[in-house]
Amino acid sequence: MTLNAFLFQILNGLSAASGLFLIAAGLSLIFGVTRIVNLAHGSLYMLGTYIAYTFATKIGGVTGFWGGIVATALIVGVIGALIEIVLLRRIYRAPELFQLLATFALVLVINDAALWLWGPADLLGPRAPGFRGAIEILGRRLPSYDLFLIVIGPLVLLALHLTLSRTRFGRLIRAATQDREMVGALGVNQAVLFTSVFALGAALAGLGGALQIAREPANLATDLIALGDAFVVVVVGGMGSIPGAYLAAVIIAEVKALCVGIGVVDFGFVTINFSKFTLVAEFLVMAIVLIARPYGLLGKAQGAVRSIAEPEEPIRPATPLLKALGAVVLVLLVCLPLLAQSTYFGSPYLLVLGIDVLIAIIFAASLHFIMGPGGMHSFGHAAYFGLGAYGAALLVKWLALPFGAALVAAPLLALAGALLFGWFAVRLSGVYLAMLTLAFAQIVWAAVFQWEGFTGGSNGVIGVWPPPPFDKSWVYFLLTLVLAVAAVLLLRRVLFAPFGYAMRAGRDSALRAEAIGIDVKRVHWLGFAIAGLICGVAGGLFAFAKGSISPETIHINRSIDGLVMVLLGGVQTLTGPIVGASVFAVLQDTVMRQTEYWRALMGAIILVLVLAFPQGIVGAFAALWRKAGGRT
Amino acid sequence: MSVLELRGLTKSFGGVHAVRDVSFEIGAGEFLAMIGPNGAGKSTCFNMINGQLAPDSGDILCDGKNIAGLAPRDIWRLGVGRTFQVAATFGSMTVIENVQTALISHARESYRLWRPAASRHRTRALELLRQVNMQDAADRPSRELAYGDVKRVELAIALANDPKLLLMDEPTAGMGASERHGLIELVKRLVVERGISVLFTEHSMDVVFAFADRIVVLARGRLIADGDAASIRDNVQVREVYFGTGKTFAGASA
Amino acid sequence: MRPTHYMLALATALGCAFAAPAFAQDTIKIGELNSYKAQPAFLEPYKRGMELALEEINGKGGVLGKKIELIVRDDGANPGEAVRVAEELVTREGVVMLTGTFLSNIGLAVTNFAGQKKVFFLASEPLTDKITWADGNKYTYRLRASTYMQTAMLMPAAIAANAKRWAIVYPNYEYGQSAAATFKDMLKKAQPGAEIVTEQAPPIGKIEAGAVAQAIDDAKPDAIFNVLFGADLTKFVREGNTRGVFKNRTVVSLLSGEPEYLDPLGEETPVGWIATGYPWDKIKTPDHVAFLTAYQKKFNDYPRLGSIVGYTTIKSIAAGLAAAKSTDTEKLVEAFKGLSVTGPFGTFTYRASDHQATMGAYVGKLALEKGKGTMIDVKYVDGASVLPSDADTKKLRPSAD
Ligand SMILES: Nc1ncnc2c1ncn2[C@@H]1O[C@H](COP(=O)(O)OP(=O)(O)O)[C@@H](O)[C@H]1O
Ligand SMILES: [Mg+2]
Repeated sequence: MTLNAFLFQILNGLSAASGLFLIAAGLSLIFGVTRIVNLAHGSLYMLGTYIAYTFATKIGGVTGFWGGIVATALIVGVIGALIEIVLLRRIYRAPELFQLLATFALVLVINDAALWLWGPADLLGPRAPGFRGAIEILGRRLPSYDLFLIVIGPLVLLALHLTLSRTRFGRLIRAATQDREMVGALGVNQAVLFTSVFALGAALAGLGGALQIAREPANLATDLIALGDAFVVVVVGGMGSIPGAYLAAVIIAEVKALCVGIGVVDFGFVTINFSKFTLVAEFLVMAIVLIARPYGLLGKAQGAVRSIAEPEEPIRPATPLLKALGAVVLVLLVCLPLLAQSTYFGSPYLLVLGIDVLIAIIFAASLHFIMGPGGMHSFGHAAYFGLGAYGAALLVKWLALPFGAALVAAPLLALAGALLFGWFAVRLSGVYLAMLTLAFAQIVWAAVFQWEGFTGGSNGVIGVWPPPPFDKSWVYFLLTLVLAVAAVLLLRRVLFAPFGYAMRAGRDSALRAEAIGIDVKRVHWLGFAIAGLICGVAGGLFAFAKGSISPETIHINRSIDGLVMVLLGGVQTLTGPIVGASVFAVLQDTVMRQTEYWRALMGAIILVLVLAFPQGIVGAFAALWRKAGGRT
Repeated sequence: MSVLELRGLTKSFGGVHAVRDVSFEIGAGEFLAMIGPNGAGKSTCFNMINGQLAPDSGDILCDGKNIAGLAPRDIWRLGVGRTFQVAATFGSMTVIENVQTALISHARESYRLWRPAASRHRTRALELLRQVNMQDAADRPSRELAYGDVKRVELAIALANDPKLLLMDEPTAGMGASERHGLIELVKRLVVERGISVLFTEHSMDVVFAFADRIVVLARGRLIADGDAASIRDNVQVREVYFGTGKTFAGASA
Repeated sequence: MRPTHYMLALATALGCAFAAPAFAQDTIKIGELNSYKAQPAFLEPYKRGMELALEEINGKGGVLGKKIELIVRDDGANPGEAVRVAEELVTREGVVMLTGTFLSNIGLAVTNFAGQKKVFFLASEPLTDKITWADGNKYTYRLRASTYMQTAMLMPAAIAANAKRWAIVYPNYEYGQSAAATFKDMLKKAQPGAEIVTEQAPPIGKIEAGAVAQAIDDAKPDAIFNVLFGADLTKFVREGNTRGVFKNRTVVSLLSGEPEYLDPLGEETPVGWIATGYPWDKIKTPDHVAFLTAYQKKFNDYPRLGSIVGYTTIKSIAAGLAAAKSTDTEKLVEAFKGLSVTGPFGTFTYRASDHQATMGAYVGKLALEKGKGTMIDVKYVDGASVLPSDADTKKLRPSAD
């Protein structure tokens, strides 16, 4: 690469950085003030691209394009306000992170709504009036629109900075970012503040989307891509720090631009195509930053956020009645293979679905173990599922290990991963921990995706079927059942044992726990490892149940599925993840079959569940039970 | 013989000198009060003694061993327990589980994965709760307790490792006068029964003068007086810090 | 309490899942699974193509005296999910065969499933060579021209360009990687002097288009081989056009002439690119005209390539069933060997040697007509002409038959 080429790629990076910054700034504001992990932020961005496209093509011309961009920002801002007022406000008192579930449902609904409104085809907007061409710089042609973006990013940054530092609204936002309770104490109407912050954040997302229509087509995949980008930028920059977001956007965009610019390099003994690193560049940056600066580049350590949620009930052992009921259900499950064979209402599919549900239960229970009692919200739990699955599959493929040995060894790989990543992760807390786990998961994902010769790359590993007698679904079902029951009971046992108490002690009050001799980090680290180990069991079972695995087993979507299962069931209860996983897996199976717009339907169902059971399904029943005077 | 000795302890936050060159001793079985206006550096002292903060300089000698900079959990193992200014219990546990968790940690059983915690050290936990008059609330969730009761549970937790020194940062904050006397009386009784030393901070001078064996006074991070109730009462510097010149404790405390 | 609760819930949930209808079989059930939500641009027209074919076949009384019933499922764009859906179709719905899939990894997972469970599977769209070669099996056939075939179709044009310096850009996953590898291989054989000056492999869906276009330009290639498609292609083309990257360079491009990817480009269409595709308005063969007329009449829209694939898939299935005179899996496997099918692209066969259909594709130059992208100088390349011989194929299929 010549010096000019290098400098020019820096310019490319700067224009990409502006795009990233605009997506991220709104998310940072929203999170800083409301502490809501807004998964729908990418969807608002996507709506921005579609709405702006519509203005630019239906009205057209300068008004349609530039006027449309402004109008889009306003419209998306209003949508954001509506989301806050109609939906989120109802669930602020739910356990931490529960709002994530609602915003997840919105992602599904908004995506299908966009499909319905704008159709499946990609829609490329017109070039920007006034910025159609390119300018010669360094002997190369830079699109003038890129230059415009390079300028607009810092301008928005400046505008936001002035708003935050010079206005009362801005001071309130900063105060709330520092200490949410203080704002309440200052007598500020919190509802109004939250709504306006949400609207402002949404408007920024809409603006970011609208500005991209001159460069990329409106398309239905942008929601999740934008969401991923926004999270990384926000976390690297430091939650709530707008200048941090810009700095992070610049770093990430430049790293990518340079990877692309460097291209293929022959080191003599090995040839590396650096352009492939753009796949994982942002996550590497994120992992490095979080390890070196746990609160992001310009973030500040946040005062412990006292949850406004209903506190958790003490855990109690099962009552005899419920134990008996559990035994009955277990017997029924053991008999499921017989039911499945009965010609009257059975179908072998029952077993297939049963296996999936049981695997989901192990996955969710292990995630709950660290998320609930451990208070560590892992956004990358799929990593350990994937390590288990790949561990099993690769051991069979490369070492021709027998089924049983592979199934036993698989969780050990997951354990190793959890020990390694957990060691770093437990040093952080809250959303930073969540994001570091996510970064690790993405790195594992990218490694698996990239290391084609060993892992099979994007195709994954195929042809890992269990040998007889486990090739029969009923045998495999029983095996899965045994392992699932064992895993659930084991996790439960550990929670009731001193270790579980130590883990909860560390979560409830790290200060107090340390002051009574508990090494909180180490306890949480081991908890993380146990969860990884158990999750690896699920991964191993999954590989043999499907006969093939691919990088999707490690994908962020699976991690999010896990969060949804746990939250749906109720993070503050021990059965929550089990019920949540069952409901989610069965819902998915049923809903996907029902309709063309299954995503919207799934989203709608989750929204109903969220509003009906703000403590999760089991949480709600447990509360009812307590009200009725019973004891759980 | 002293259980703990501070030598030239110093800590600053940015430009704020929270604690400057503070030295004093705590004798065995002594009921020692630390007083001083808000912001004097009392909590910072406590935090350094129990390891939550590392001092910028100075030594903290415990049985002749310098413990400055050790982790809280290691200091706790040396027999130094504490309660917090803002009471902290484990909200998701019952009262007795709070105490059991401390007992389990004391017995170095925190990494046990099998036998339920509920069956461990229950008798001992009940005994501790009885000592602080909380035995009737043993199976209630600790988050439901009134603030004064939380403080007493904290005390039971802090006693779980048979400490030789107990640090109590404003144990009576937020309590009414009679409740306050009750708690301090209780602590004093335990101290006498068990022969442990206590370092506590307290805003009510009535309580301090009535119960403390000795008093140290902090102002703007410095130790300005160290002596028995009578000598502190008459100390000009202390009076100045508290009331400006002229007034006396007798006239001010109500 | 806890285990009890979950088991209750699980049992109830599973109980609900029973509610599958199990009535007498008066239709032939075909199970179709695809990534409808993840790839709607291709698959919505695809679904329409299937509907049209179904209507035609059932309108004439179906096959084997029964109507064909299509049971369509979304596979969640995830191989694990796809295998479950496949099991569901087979075990609960009782379909006689499986078809569909779009993404390579899902196609492969279902291929493997079909081999393991001995279910007939006609892969309609996934392009990876492995489905019919490295990981091919007895029970799996594939309709669409593979990555290898499509690349081979473009080779004459690439060689004719007589370029010394080539740049390659492809999405970084199976399809892109294998297309790039095939291209390099073929280029080396045909033109040993040619050099690959840069290789850009952006992650799919996340191209840094400006940087990539610039990096290619900086490598000063004479020609570019492009494998990007979809949103990545659109972004890349706009950046490349503005930056003058394609000026005076031969660009040879996979799939870019397919309406799914060409239409969004509109006025941005890179004129002169040589690409495989489907110029629906330029094909005047009787087979295609008949299809086009019927399609436009039914849907009041023009077909995309997905429509062709969906339509031809169902036609193939009907032909296979008729030839097998049975819905039995083993008989179907036999019947598809050398099965001849007529679709909008004319008549083609399913090769007995590697189970690959010889349905070809159109190669031509991208052009701009009335502000819309289209193809000119269009030529149909028969799939048979670019496939290795039956003897060579044997070596490519170690595990099959
Ligand atoms: N973590 C901290 N960061 C910055 N300043 C602190 C911190 N903790 C205490 N201070 C400052 O140190 C001084 C002493 O505080 P503290 O020890 O809490 O006093 P006291 O407990 O006597 O009221 C005060 O000025 C306080 O503002
Ligand atoms: Mg204090």
